[in-house]
Amino acid sequence: MLPEQWKELWKEFPVVAALESFDSAAIATGKYDRGELTLEIAPDRIVSICGYLKAGQAFVRLSGVTAVDRYPAEPRFEVVYHLHCLERSERLRLKCRLQTGAPIESVTGVWRSADWYEREVFDLFGIRFLNHPDLRRIMLPEEWEGHPLRKDYPVMGYK
Amino acid sequence: MSDRDSTTLTAPGVEVIEESGVETGAAAPRRMMLNMGPQHPSTHGVLRLQLELDGEIIVSCRPDIGYLHTGIEKQCEALTWQQAVTLTDRVDYLAPLSNNLCYCLAVEKLLGLEIPAHAQWMRVMLTELTRLNSHLVWLGTHAIDIGAMSVFLYCFREREEILRIFEMFSGQRMMTSYFRIGGLALAAPRGWQHRVRTLMDIFPSRIDEYEDLLTNNRIWMGRTKGVGRISLEDMLDLGVTGPMLRAAGLSWDTRKTHPYSSYEQFDFEVPTRTENDVYARYQVRIEEMRQSVRIVRQALEGMPSGPFQAAAPHVVLPEREKMKTQMEALIYHFKIVTEGFSVPEGEVYQVIESPRGELGYYVVSDGTSKAYRVHIHGPSFGNLQAVPTMVRNTPIADVIASMGSMDFVLGDTDR
Repeated sequence: MLPEQWKELWKEFPVVAALESFDSAAIATGKYDRGELTLEIAPDRIVSICGYLKAGQAFVRLSGVTAVDRYPAEPRFEVVYHLHCLERSERLRLKCRLQTGAPIESVTGVWRSADWYEREVFDLFGIRFLNHPDLRRIMLPEEWEGHPLRKDYPVMGYK
Repeated sequence: MSDRDSTTLTAPGVEVIEESGVETGAAAPRRMMLNMGPQHPSTHGVLRLQLELDGEIIVSCRPDIGYLHTGIEKQCEALTWQQAVTLTDRVDYLAPLSNNLCYCLAVEKLLGLEIPAHAQWMRVMLTELTRLNSHLVWLGTHAIDIGAMSVFLYCFREREEILRIFEMFSGQRMMTSYFRIGGLALAAPRGWQHRVRTLMDIFPSRIDEYEDLLTNNRIWMGRTKGVGRISLEDMLDLGVTGPMLRAAGLSWDTRKTHPYSSYEQFDFEVPTRTENDVYARYQVRIEEMRQSVRIVRQALEGMPSGPFQAAAPHVVLPEREKMKTQMEALIYHFKIVTEGFSVPEGEVYQVIESPRGELGYYVVSDGTSKAYRVHIHGPSFGNLQAVPTMVRNTPIADVIASMGSMDFVLGDTDR
């Protein structure tokens, strides 16, 4: 459910209103900052929300998937999706918060481009994507230990 | 198995997979695994393609990337905001200024800085020169891959002059770091107008020269027309951006749809083609070069005067003279140099049109003097993802042409 102060924003952003009527329980919170709209989605709803946004709201492109490590806070990880609608020249950021070790459903079924994007997040952050067709490391060698973009991974040093 | 067959089997990088039941019939199909790269010259960097071949036809392709992974995103978290500009050069080494620009715009958005018109126009002019530079390298190497050797020499002749202009501005030919958070690194050097104008005066005729060599060249047309087709829907779904989409008829250019750094004040067109093959991508990029020349000319004619850095003493280093006479300037200088400036908390996703397509920087700040997270979404990463779909069921000889038309840079892919 969106917070009360967001009621006004629905009118400005039809996509928020549409999402609210599609699955009101999925949106945890959201914000509009520096001209960019961010919606926080419950992790277990991400595939259905993305599917709806692509089919019903013309977000035909997934511009990227990445993550932010909020170590040592919990939930530790934010998985960030940047969506792009060419028709309306509109961009939207979705965010899912994950506990340490918690997996998230892959959106490769919605956009095939998520394949490599999610592999990169898996490789560098160690976040597992369920039902991903080919979840392997993409940047680092297979035998690499650790996930470099985690905050508890040192910038310098060997082992 | 004859002697001749067994010698082919021992060739390095080649492995023959015997399909099940192959021993029962002599004419049973055989698939061959072929490693293309990571040292193959046409991969322009280090990319490895694992190709599964049925005769000359590609059955499947598995790209293997990461050979150039340098951990730039991690490094950005260890350096101050301004220091990290130098890393962005090294992401896409053929379009360093585009990466500088995208990063600076993102951080400036977080800071809420207003950039003076002169600096904005200068940024537009130099990123367009970067586009010319990048397209020239693409054209030269793409042609050399396909077998037209001389084009390379023509392209690098003009590229050399562009690099000299970069050197004139910044002191560096390639890793310029000329755009800084808050404006430009240095004031424009004396005589830059003459240098840029001279190049722009001859450039259109030089593009004609490249076209003379290729556009109606029957071998070039034979190697590129109808090659490397992939549907627009597939490309959008796989994350392809830039000239590839425009060669498939989609008129989408971030410079037009989300103008940044005063691009809205420039008059230019977004070239498109509908044939959606390697030749169409060549035509689109050639036309883009002509449009870039147009933009650079407009920047030359209408360059506003004024400061090259924003009026933000907490971000921009003070002038040397002021430091000697004003206490405040000295304090700001000390603070910026020792601990850097802090950027308000927040997150921004800045997108620009790099020569290769959509370049995005996702920058997160926690309010300190170093970035909390910088994610670089390079256009080559999305483009490369389409290679398996593009080359499936095509002859192996066309792989080089198809990949060349994508114009990827592995530094941009692996970061």
